Amino acid sequence: MPFVYLDHTADLAIRAWGSSIGEAFAQAALAMFSKMIRTDRVRPMIAREYTLQANSLRELLVAWLAALLVPKDVEDLVFSRFDVDVHTTELGFELCGRALGEPLDAGHHEPSGEVKGITYLGLDVREETGVWYAEFVADV
Amino acid sequence: MRIFDHMERVGDVEWVLAPHDGMLVAGRIYADAVTIDQLRREADDPKGWSAVRQLKNVASLPGIVAPALALPDVHPGYGFPIGGVGAFDLDDGVVVVGGVGFDINCGVRLLRTPLRRGDVAPAIDRIAADLYQAVPAGLGSKGALRLSIKEIDRVLREGAPYVVRLGSGIESDLEYTEEKGQAEGAEPDAVSALAKQRQFQQVGTLGSGNHYLEVQAVDEILEPRAARAFGLAADQVVVSIHTGSRALGHQIGQDYLREMAFASEKYGIRIPDQEMVCAPARSPEGQRYLAAVACGANCAFANRQAITHLVRTSLARSCGIDPETIQTVYDIGHNHVRIEEHEVGGVLRRLLVHRKGATRAFGPGRGDVPAAYREFGHPTLVGGTMGTSSYVMHGTSAGMELAFGSGIHGAGRALSRNQAIKRFRSDEILSDLTAKGIRLLAHDKRGIAEEAPGAYKDVDSVVRAAEAAGINVPVARLRPLAVIKG
Repeated sequence: MPFVYLDHTADLAIRAWGSSIGEAFAQAALAMFSKMIRTDRVRPMIAREYTLQANSLRELLVAWLAALLVPKDVEDLVFSRFDVDVHTTELGFELCGRALGEPLDAGHHEPSGEVKGITYLGLDVREETGVWYAEFVADV
Repeated sequence: MRIFDHMERVGDVEWVLAPHDGMLVAGRIYADAVTIDQLRREADDPKGWSAVRQLKNVASLPGIVAPALALPDVHPGYGFPIGGVGAFDLDDGVVVVGGVGFDINCGVRLLRTPLRRGDVAPAIDRIAADLYQAVPAGLGSKGALRLSIKEIDRVLREGAPYVVRLGSGIESDLEYTEEKGQAEGAEPDAVSALAKQRQFQQVGTLGSGNHYLEVQAVDEILEPRAARAFGLAADQVVVSIHTGSRALGHQIGQDYLREMAFASEKYGIRIPDQEMVCAPARSPEGQRYLAAVACGANCAFANRQAITHLVRTSLARSCGIDPETIQTVYDIGHNHVRIEEHEVGGVLRRLLVHRKGATRAFGPGRGDVPAAYREFGHPTLVGGTMGTSSYVMHGTSAGMELAFGSGIHGAGRALSRNQAIKRFRSDEILSDLTAKGIRLLAHDKRGIAEEAPGAYKDVDSVVRAAEAAGINVPVARLRPLAVIKG
């Protein structure tokens, strides 16, 4: 699995990685949802598209993850597959992403806990020897 | 030098972090030896999260007027440590999203009943099952209250009184809720449409994680006179409701974290770490955040009020009692920021007090304490951890001076969720609790291990430390009979 849960006493710390920024962001999203539901049981039936801008990669990571938390409350949707592309713009960075999932089925998806929000604690997006890392702490 | 080289023990349970490296004031930590050891281990790990480093960050923020405080249940959070208190000047100070958190006004409401432990013992399984049915909990659950966006605005502006007016509650619920269930200065326009949309279906839902509903018995009265004033007696059955502002609070936190990141830059505030983004209290950004926090606080008050109604109805039916004999002892939040009056260096000042994982604990005589409790101070509610005790405490006059009238909110975590999952198994915890006579009904079966009693500090020693520090007085210990978790 291209993500790990790190130790944080109260909250959920995640390090995700991939060969591109987009892949690291997709894995970060998968890690977040894997904490809340059995993502292996969520079928990629319904897609939601996102276009987001930010002036730093860290801000963009927060914006992306925070946006994904909304549909679970508004339309009962949870996600298990993510395709993300991040590119630079004149003002900073832009993300074009797609999240796929289906309506929450509490009996089948075994919900566990809830991510309340994405904090700035330990927030980091970086490249090391060709691998992109996305690190963040979510309040749970 | 390591951060602990700047720490000095100045009392039995009191440590001071001397100002250094950009700190504007000292840090003061009230904690027992076990907690201090834990804090030291965290601080010695450069890669780990450290509550003392977070306290140092609080003490470095502009306009802080007195030592940044950590109470005995302190552990690392984001921004402020959990169990952290910081008071700021209204003109020169800042308002910090990380001093409140995402779950604005998360808190506990305690209800007393006319029932005795013996009355409910034979029927506890049915009582617990009825409550489990009655109170929506867990991811994706929906509240029974169906509200329009316009009505959501009224919830945000009016808080618990609005829910009582809709028929979900009684007047005395409000008398015994902090701020009478309605935070001052709420301005729904300061809350995004997205936050309101997320909340639409969630008023009257418990949530998940560490939120719970517990049927408890008063195990021991520790301060008889205050207990009598609070309407508590040995063996009495009570109910605790622990929940917060749900998705609305979460979205306010997320929206303003971003806004504060801009504000920190715009106003050139020297922040010690990105997690401490903030705005001047007097700035438009700061004022808007305070108005939004009041909305979040009202949402949490309304939420606990709506759940109170569900509990009251369910329990009265299960036990054949008059619903109105189930009464609110107190409702108190533990994540907020408010303007309060405090004496600093002999001068009465209006301050912006942040409490993150800490309750208000006003002592005797304060006007904002309900008249019936004024001789003692208002109750503070200290949550336990499934199998362990909860406590009712109250504030003290000394605590007003030492800690801006603040109190502990729970045991505080000792292990990370990862560590807890490695160490405990959900099914074993369930059978341990059953062996102790505690029923646990959880929507989230996988999460039980994360919330294992062993993942938390010993609540009894945390309570003893708060008492030894002179800031809170234990009034009653509560033992769980049935626990319902999201």
